[in-house]
Amino acid sequence: MPFIPNLSLKEEMLKEIGLKDIEELFSDIPEEVRIKDLDLPEPLSEEEVVKRLREIARKNRPFPDLLSFLGGGVKPHYVPSAVKHIISRSEFYTSYTPYQPEASQGYLQAMFEYQSVISELTGMDISNCSLYDMSTSLGEAVRMGYRINRRKKVLIPRSISWERKSTLKNYIKGLPVDLVEIEYDRESGKLNLEDLEDKIDGDTLCLYIENPNFFGIFEEDVDEISSIVHERGSILIVGVDLLSLALVKPPGEYGADIVISEGRTYGTPMNMGGSSLGIFACRKEYLRNIPGRIIGLTHDLDGNRAFCMTLQTREQHIRREKATSNICTNEALNALALLVYLSILGSEGLVKIAKKNLENARLLHDRLVSLPWFKPRFKGSFFNEFVLESTQDVFYMNRELLKRNIMGGLPLEVSFPELKNCLLFGITEVYDDKDVDMLIRSIKEVYHV
Amino acid sequence: MYRFASFDEPLLNKLPQRKTKISTQSPHIPEKLRRSSPPKIPNLEEQQVVRHFFRLSQMNYGIENGTYPLGSCTMKYNPKVCEDIAGWREFTDIHPYQDESTFQGTLQILYELEELLKKITGMDAFTFQPSAGAHGEFLGMLLVRAYHELRGEDRNEIIIPDTAHGTNPASAKMAGFEVMEIPSNSEGTVDLEALEKVLSDRTAAFMLTNPNTLGIFEDRILDIERMVHDAGALLYYDGANLNAILGIARPGDMGFDIVHLNLHKTFATPHGGGGPGSGPVGVKKLLEDFLPVPRIRKKGDRYILDYDLPHTVGKIRDFYGNIEVCIKAYVYLLMMGRRIKDVAEISVLNSNYMKEKLKRSGFFDFPHRDLKKHEFVMSCQRLKEEKGLRALDIAKRLLDYGLYPPTIYFPLIVKEAIMIEPTETETKEDLDRYVDALISIAEEDPDIVRSSPTKTPVKRIDEAYAVRNEILTWKDI
Repeated sequence: MPFIPNLSLKEEMLKEIGLKDIEELFSDIPEEVRIKDLDLPEPLSEEEVVKRLREIARKNRPFPDLLSFLGGGVKPHYVPSAVKHIISRSEFYTSYTPYQPEASQGYLQAMFEYQSVISELTGMDISNCSLYDMSTSLGEAVRMGYRINRRKKVLIPRSISWERKSTLKNYIKGLPVDLVEIEYDRESGKLNLEDLEDKIDGDTLCLYIENPNFFGIFEEDVDEISSIVHERGSILIVGVDLLSLALVKPPGEYGADIVISEGRTYGTPMNMGGSSLGIFACRKEYLRNIPGRIIGLTHDLDGNRAFCMTLQTREQHIRREKATSNICTNEALNALALLVYLSILGSEGLVKIAKKNLENARLLHDRLVSLPWFKPRFKGSFFNEFVLESTQDVFYMNRELLKRNIMGGLPLEVSFPELKNCLLFGITEVYDDKDVDMLIRSIKEVYHV
Repeated sequence: MYRFASFDEPLLNKLPQRKTKISTQSPHIPEKLRRSSPPKIPNLEEQQVVRHFFRLSQMNYGIENGTYPLGSCTMKYNPKVCEDIAGWREFTDIHPYQDESTFQGTLQILYELEELLKKITGMDAFTFQPSAGAHGEFLGMLLVRAYHELRGEDRNEIIIPDTAHGTNPASAKMAGFEVMEIPSNSEGTVDLEALEKVLSDRTAAFMLTNPNTLGIFEDRILDIERMVHDAGALLYYDGANLNAILGIARPGDMGFDIVHLNLHKTFATPHGGGGPGSGPVGVKKLLEDFLPVPRIRKKGDRYILDYDLPHTVGKIRDFYGNIEVCIKAYVYLLMMGRRIKDVAEISVLNSNYMKEKLKRSGFFDFPHRDLKKHEFVMSCQRLKEEKGLRALDIAKRLLDYGLYPPTIYFPLIVKEAIMIEPTETETKEDLDRYVDALISIAEEDPDIVRSSPTKTPVKRIDEAYAVRNEILTWKDI
């Protein structure tokens, strides 16, 4: 039997510890709960399992065989080969949480570097070393906000993904707080500042905004938003696309108190949406309220530089129910992948890719609106996702495109009934003119032009 | 004997950088939002980056470096083929919002993995959305809440034994519950009288790990089940220690209503230095309609995502879960099949073998019931009193023997606790070497042990300095 070397030594080992039968080791398990007939298949060999999985894999249509133009936060990005090679070093991927720092200096240094690059990108003082995903980061950010100011009203944009909203609702179930949604401006697609002014008050815990927002649009008025929030003594939580931060002012510069983001696809593949990487950065004054692990720099007995997990008295293994969060296992390997990805690109590569994303998005946008069936839905400027309104039934179009191995934009009316026949398109640096040509040609085919 | 490499590896931003001229200006970014200068991410050549991280990797210890008997963590060998398959582009390059007809393969895997886990645990339905064990616990607590709320019952207390993982009380608290802790008895199991005393019409659930964190099977489980259900509460199973009973007993048959599993422990997916993991949650029928959406169903030969669930708690994260981790666990389970019983038997044999050998050495004390499951907890309190050796010293000295230390100071109810879980994937020679090392340390000059480790890349670390000085990014240096 593979992976169980002592199976053939069972008798010998039992004898050494004075037992006759393996059953004696299970004598404490009551008969009533014993499995009488184990209903599981016969084991497969490695070769058999590979063959079986090849058959299953054939039922998937991965990018770019299926050319996807879906927005919604997940898009394919190119991952340099070196990233996979480094995170596949088994010293990294088969290790546990670095509870013994002397045996984990490598990972600890890498996580210290991760915290440093996240802090550089977001303009925040500190970062933890990962949460599960961006939506759970939002949940934890609001919970941290509550620990800080004990207020009751949580403001979020109406224009966030339904999955994120639902996750947030669950994360604050245990708190005496209310969620209040701020409308988006129906013309620009940006946050409606009048609605914000109406709803914000002295009991407002926080405002969460996304920049670019779920419709792909930049919230230009961040300075104004920041003043509105801070005048009430509330907390500003900003969700960002990491790549956009190569070109966009970091939230730290416009007064964000907490910054969250999603690291999935920056160094790791889409993986059908998981695994993910919840990024969480904030101002240093909140340090003792942060959820999740933090790595600090220190020294050893001889005065040599060393790293260790720090401020662990915030965490569940020490504080139990008084911990800042229940998180234990996080997304460390994906944090490492992001760090290696950013190290290989450097700021030069990151800026280049961000610009390519902007250009490709304009190319796709302009080509689509040159067709008779699309017009822009919002006026605001966008990063690499945008919303178009179609004169046609978008579900029909998407079904027809699928037959041509294309996924069209994401229909928004499911979550936003007022956005009937609106599609959220997304594109990145991995697409070229030919891909866009193929989409345009296919749409024309659908409408027999 | 394993020896770490040791490098004076500078921080990334201190490596020699190439000269660059970067403009962050773009007409497509609104003027008010433009970044004035590029983010300070070092510009390096690929070979510098690879060498940097290669060196860091060599100052890190994983299960492939050697024995890693962290109690309650089930650090077993991670089969390579699982990694390869999960890395196929048919699985990795899938957008979560693609049409479900275009990821039928992955849906089939998740559906079949659910079927396998149902058979292994005796539960009726599973969700793969939790990203880790604690995330699963949190979902479990949300389910408990939703269940009682729908029945119009006001139950706000979660009971937890004093041996529980720290995540249990933390998860209960996060979902808005009050935590009631009960003591263990001299056997190391739940004190039934104490349980009876705290159970009431305020009790929402009892969270239990079985075998518990002392490595002891809760043999009164059916009494516990009756007491908890009679009180109208639910019974929650923390699956961290499922390895011990795979193929032998099932939490579903013990009366548990909710379980979470740790695919990154029991089902051989790597821990990644802290994640990604996966913490699927299984429930009995009465809770099925509360699970997160979507559920994966089979209609004829098609797999579909079903969002129509009357009492769903909604989402606890984006999309469907840590999919690649699920794929690895599925491949592992196909290779193990009905032989998973061997996993339990040998993991328990290995643990009792080590326990017995260490017991015979006479240096350590073994509180509570003698028969252990997949892990055991011993105390070095006597070594502390007689030679001034703490569990921490012993752990650090093991590093000099090229071995990864066990979990220490947990569970909290054992003084100077050392918690060892060898798993089924170590050879007898590995186990003997580990036992010999522990005995040899107990016999060593205590000054040497206390000043260990000396053969690691750094010596013992000043953790208090890190707390005081708050140097958390390279900007702080």
